This record gives sequence, structure tokens and C-alpha cells, in this order.
Amino acid sequence: MQSLPLPAPPQSPVELPFLELRDVSKYYPTPKGNYTVLQGVNLSVKSGEFVSIIGHSGCGKTTLLNLVAGFTRPSQGFVSLENQRITAPGPDRMVVFQNYSLLPWLTAYENIHLGVKSVYRPQNETERRQVRQIVEEHLELVGLTDAAHKKPKQLSGGMKQRVAIARALAMRPQILLLDEPFGALDPITREELQDELLGIWERTKVTVLMITHDVDEAIYLSDRIVMMTNGPSATIGEILTIPFAHPRNRARLTEDPQFFTLRNQCLSFLYERFALDIDHD
Amino acid sequence: MTTTIPLPQRYSWQKFLPIVLPPLIVLVLVLVVWQILCSGSNPRLPAPITIIRESWHLIVNPFFDKGGTNKGLGLQVIESLRRVAIGYALASVVGVSIGILVGTNQLINRGVDPFFQVLRTVPPLAWLPIALAGFRQAETSAIFVIFITAIWPILINTSVGVQQVPQDYRNVSRILRLNRWEYFWTILLPASAPYIFTGMRIAAGLSWLAIVAAEMLTGGVGIGFFIWDAWNSSRVTDIIIALIYVGMVGLLLDRLVFYASKLIVQSEE
Repeated sequence: MQSLPLPAPPQSPVELPFLELRDVSKYYPTPKGNYTVLQGVNLSVKSGEFVSIIGHSGCGKTTLLNLVAGFTRPSQGFVSLENQRITAPGPDRMVVFQNYSLLPWLTAYENIHLGVKSVYRPQNETERRQVRQIVEEHLELVGLTDAAHKKPKQLSGGMKQRVAIARALAMRPQILLLDEPFGALDPITREELQDELLGIWERTKVTVLMITHDVDEAIYLSDRIVMMTNGPSATIGEILTIPFAHPRNRARLTEDPQFFTLRNQCLSFLYERFALDIDHD
Repeated sequence: MTTTIPLPQRYSWQKFLPIVLPPLIVLVLVLVVWQILCSGSNPRLPAPITIIRESWHLIVNPFFDKGGTNKGLGLQVIESLRRVAIGYALASVVGVSIGILVGTNQLINRGVDPFFQVLRTVPPLAWLPIALAGFRQAETSAIFVIFITAIWPILINTSVGVQQVPQDYRNVSRILRLNRWEYFWTILLPASAPYIFTGMRIAAGLSWLAIVAAEMLTGGVGIGFFIWDAWNSSRVTDIIIALIYVGMVGLLLDRLVFYASKLIVQSEE
């Protein structure tokens, strides 16, 4: 093995973590000079880990997710998944958007089918049948077999997000990117979907990177919570490890005194150490 | 289980009457006033009863054919509609194609948009002399006038629709790595369909307006020339019957495109 100085290029024989963000900065040129959104972000995520990113609006959470998704490229540093530098979006990093991003002219089935088809590119009838089977399995996974042939307009917000999650999972991504997935839902549906997502994650052990505003949601679902400092030039302030074992139970968790310790740590980070100074804007 | 209660027959009438009655009352009132205004010994315009008496053969027999341009109004309208259909179909194909090209390519858009903005304001009939000079044929020229009238709303709406494809859908297509062909059929075309149909609906109305005017000048069989011919032969009652036909067909065309678009763009409902 040859040893290379860091930061190593992603193709190096040095084994990088599953998902690696190293010295990542992102700035946008403006007439008054560069506007820095993210500054020196370092994060390693293990395969099968559930990581949440939490922080105030404008802290560059979405920029961070877009970098991993490949919609934008870092101005400095690099992002790599399985030793491959991320340069463009791809089906191995499926995003679940807050506004679902389902195509309204396709049914739930067709939306998922489009995603699966684009990953597997079936060439013959046997493969096409396999694709249809994958679609049906995932509709069942999120409990929407009966609504398979409904268009998004005929579905509730929760059902739409279920379809979006099913679409993402059916594509067998290496990492699932969730951008405030439950932000637009009512509290009851939100809890239902959190439980479902947790169940699915516990079964499939897919790696998840989730943006959220909701501290309870982050603690309930994650292995680690990444807390971001305020922008501009936002970076990772602190990473909180959530020690609860899986499978988790919401009722038992919320009675655990440790839950409150973690919750207070999160809240004090957000509202005391990095509280938004409204007068400054 | 729910039991279905049979509705009394009266129910449908109760719903129907408030819709049908007001226009019926207006129609009767207008006819009465018209009859009174045009009831002198030698009125300039014929009264309703005079129209019915003098143009009875046109009203009861829309499909007679006595050769030449002496045909029933139904046949005249069909002939006009045939010209509209050809010009409109050409305008739709060319307009949607160019619209997509212009909408997806910023550079082409900047180059041609100013010209489109000028050309679309040219009144349909102003194109007729140019068309006659170029084609030296009345029939082709009339169809060209329809084409050039219908193409602008279709083209401009299509290009706007293409530019309005939401970023979310583009992001989805980038993640799925759809090729150009898949992107066109599964995202671009459905996302801009509502805009395209709006353009096509406007174009259908304009085409019908233009054909009547164009036919007055080009002659031959067709509702436009029929009106002009009736004026030259002082058959004013025939003109009024023809105008009713023109109005009804215009309305039908508009409805037709509207329902066609509803059928195809049902996902937007």
C-alpha cells in the first residue's frame, strides 16, 4: 500500500468511508465577491447509517444535500460515495423531495415504474416482468397497492410521500437522500410516516441522509445528528450520537430520560448557541 | 351499504330550467324588439319573420347542391371547415415543433422571438396579397392565411410551456438519467401540454375568424364567399342565416378543442 497525503483523490487505494465529504466548501460568485454557503465541511457516513442534518433555515442544509445528490459540485474539497467522486446526479443517490416531485400525469404505479425502469433498463420480457414485480413489491411495502392506478392529484399528501419513498427505495439506491420529507404533512400523518420509514430502514438498512427541522424526528430516526452552524459560511457545529438500540419504539423512547438529555442538547445548540439573530438581517 | 333513492322526474327539470330559461327569454325579447324595429314599409334590414319567409329554403335544406357555388349552408360550412382543418393542422405541427425548439434553446429563442412578436400582430387578411403573389392560387392562399393566423398562439404558448417545466421534474429526470427521447415524452411534452392546448384553443377561434374573411376575397365554395355573394345579390336575409351558422360553428370548434384538451390533459384536473 502506498500512502498518500490528504486529501486523497477518490481513486486512491486508500479506502475512504462509504460516504465522504472532505473539506467541502461551496461559494457562489456575486458582484460583491464570493458568497460562501458552506465552509470546510467534513463528514463521513458509514454504510447502513441513518444520519440527520439539522439547522436553521439558510444554513446550507439543502446545499449539502444537493452536493451529495450531485446537483451542484463543491467549490473546494470533494464528495465521494464508495470511492467514487460525485460529479452528477444518479439513481444510486435517489432524493425524496419535500414536495414529492411525482409526475402528475403518471399514476403512482407509473411514477415508480419510470424510476425502476431507468435503473434496470430491461431488455427483454423476463426483465420487464422483474421490473413490474419490483414496482408491485414496493407499492405493497408502503401499503399503496390499492391506490396503484391513482394519479398524484387523487392522493393525500401522506400517500404522495409514500409513493415518493417507494419510488426511491425501488431504485435500490446506495444512499437515500431525504429533503425535509415530512415537512409538508400534518402531525399525525407525519408520525405515521416516520414509523413506516423507521420500519423500512430497520429491515433494509439502506444508508439515509435526511434534512429535517424537527428535533424529535431526528432523535427518533437517526444514528447520528449533524448540527449545522448558521450561514453564511455554515459548517458542522457538532455531531450528536443517538445511542438507542433498534428496533425503536416511539412511546418507550419518549419516556427515556436520555431522550430528554439529547433533546435539550439539540435545542440548546439551535436556540442558545446558534440562535438566529433576527435583528441582524 | 347505501341504498339509492330514485329521484323524481321533476328533479331534472328543476335543475335544467334555470339554465335554459334565461337565454330563452333573452332570445324572445331580442326577436320581438327586432321585429318591431324593422317592421316599417321598407325597412333597411329584414325583420325575423321576413328572414324566415325569404330564406326558408336555406333553413330547411342545408345540404342541397345545385352545382357551382349554389350549395346549401351545411355544405358551404363543411368546405370552409376543410380549409381550416388543413391550415390549422399544419399550424399545429409546425407551431408545436418550432415552439419546443425555441423553448428549449435560449440562443434560438433570443434570435427569433423579436420577429415572432412583430409577425404575430399582423392581421390575418394582410397576409392574403402576399400569399396570392406567392402561390398564384386562391385555395392555397386561403389555407396559408389560416396557417399563418393559427401558428403564432400555438408557437408562443408552446415555447412558454416548455420554459415553464418545473425544476423539480427536471431534477427527477437528471437523477433518473433519462435520455433526450424519454425526457421529451415523459416530462417535457406532458408538462407543457396545458400551455400547448391553450394556444391551440386560441388558434382555433382565430382560424375561424380568418377563414370567413379570407373566403370573401378568394371566392369559391365556402361560407365566407357565400356571405359576400349574398350581399352582391342583395339577399340580406341569407346573410343573417349564414351569420348564425358562422357563430354556431365557431362555438362548436371552441368546445371541441376544449374537450379534446380536457380528455388529454386530464391529469391536471
